[in-house]
Amino acid sequence: MTNAIQVRGLTKRYGDVQAVKGIDLDIRRGEVFAFLGPNGAGKSTTVEILEGYRKRDAGEVSVLGVDPGRPTREWRSRIGIVLQTANDAAELSVRETVRHFAGYYPNPRDPDEAIAAVGLTESANKRVRQLSGGQRRRVDVALGVLGNPELIFLDEPTTGFDPEARRQFWELIEGLAHTGSTIVLTTHYLDEAEALANRVAVIAGGQIVAEGEPATLGGRATAKAHVIWDEGSVETDTPTKTVLELSRRYDGEVPGLAVTRPTLEDIYLKLIEAPRD
Amino acid sequence: MTDTATGTAPSRTTATRAMPSALKLGLSRGMVETKMFFREKDAVVFTFAFPIILLMLFGSIFAGPLEGSGVTVSQLYTAGLIGAGVMGAGFQSLGIGIAGDRDDGTLKRLAGTPMPRSAYFIGKIINVLVIAFLEVVILLAIGVLMYDLDLPGQVSSWVTFAWVFVLGVTAAALLGTAVSSLPRSAKSAAAVISMPFVVLQFISGVFIPFTQMPEWLINIASVFPLKWMCQGFRAVFLGDGGAMLELTKSYELDRVALVLGAWVIGGLVLCLTTFRWKGRRDG
Repeated sequence: MTNAIQVRGLTKRYGDVQAVKGIDLDIRRGEVFAFLGPNGAGKSTTVEILEGYRKRDAGEVSVLGVDPGRPTREWRSRIGIVLQTANDAAELSVRETVRHFAGYYPNPRDPDEAIAAVGLTESANKRVRQLSGGQRRRVDVALGVLGNPELIFLDEPTTGFDPEARRQFWELIEGLAHTGSTIVLTTHYLDEAEALANRVAVIAGGQIVAEGEPATLGGRATAKAHVIWDEGSVETDTPTKTVLELSRRYDGEVPGLAVTRPTLEDIYLKLIEAPRD
Repeated sequence: MTDTATGTAPSRTTATRAMPSALKLGLSRGMVETKMFFREKDAVVFTFAFPIILLMLFGSIFAGPLEGSGVTVSQLYTAGLIGAGVMGAGFQSLGIGIAGDRDDGTLKRLAGTPMPRSAYFIGKIINVLVIAFLEVVILLAIGVLMYDLDLPGQVSSWVTFAWVFVLGVTAAALLGTAVSSLPRSAKSAAAVISMPFVVLQFISGVFIPFTQMPEWLINIASVFPLKWMCQGFRAVFLGDGGAMLELTKSYELDRVALVLGAWVIGGLVLCLTTFRWKGRRDG
């Protein structure tokens, strides 16, 4: 079995709202996969179905070879979920919390080692209530990786972080990826997806509207370049030629010259606009 | 990386190791729950102080013996407030506690781990038993020291106490678990759950003797477990002399057992059919 996750024709409806409209997806083992998409696009619903939190209406889903619609304890011990909004266990210390949760797993990591891995050794005796938002998310990660999971879900892990905390957190996630675990994350931040993910799927209107490596997503690598200078701008497939021509015209330096390709954000905004019409 | 499953986590090859048992994890959760409860000082004060203050208040206002029974009013209140205290631990604090767990992500997080769901409930039951037991000990100490309450000497009275306590705590805890699904958020839980509990205490003979209440209110109270729990505790602590104060001139212990037993079964059915692991916001 090469795929950690395999999805065919997944649908889910809430009342009148068709939240997920037929998603096909393969996530390979060892891959870092990011779901991008606006709120209400079906991103969370899809991930929660994969996590075994939510029942699907139709489609075939296999996560680590098991149907998440019928989660077993054995299966749960093989996946790790890092929640977005948890605010629990405030009165326990970091160490107490991690030790307690380690007891749920048949082969847990050493709790102190898990605390060290998320950089909380110095705060291990602090109550969870006293931690900053970023530290708290680190506790969530420690709990998520306690069972030595083959697959880790991270739901918007850096929402509300300051830039420095985000960078540090990215390093933490990169470290997890190096252990060989498959990582599935959802995020609003395009730079986060670009920095961490091997592959990205953009969900909009309950469908995957684009899927691929961040560098080539939505035809990004082949899109026209934009050449701008003080007295004009042009979209072209051959920016080098344009710049050479300009250089000749200005006899050297071109005033205010810039050559840009569409950013992931440009591509993303175009992608999520389309299905809303 | 072609075969990631053989990565850096050697323990994955021994994945056949047995899952920890539900009982062991339930005990572990019980310890954690109790630790968390006692660290949340407001909740501790709120839970324990309420019946204690009421007992001292009522005991001071309505001192003196009740005619012909050899029982004082404050003794009557001690027995009644033990019932209310047990119900408070089971129904009120558990109901509010679970609503909080649903709101702050505790339930969602636990549901995502391999913890068997029964372990959560075992943990809650242990927590409630600890709180209720402490509550009873404190109220009894106040009754004995301040209001001349005599602790029963016969073993049979303590046997009665044991089964009334166990059935009462269980019924209250199951009802608290069921009612925890009603409030929309943890913020509203205290109001939604405390209000019916306060009303129930007033109509169940905790503060006002049944002999002074209209029949229709007595009929309503007789449906719920608190009246019967208090009646059971009066049988233990007021003795034969107090039986004449009851409506039927008897403690009706067989009916106490019957009604509390029925609530245990009904509460269990209610829990199994209505319990939500997700908050309303989570859809």
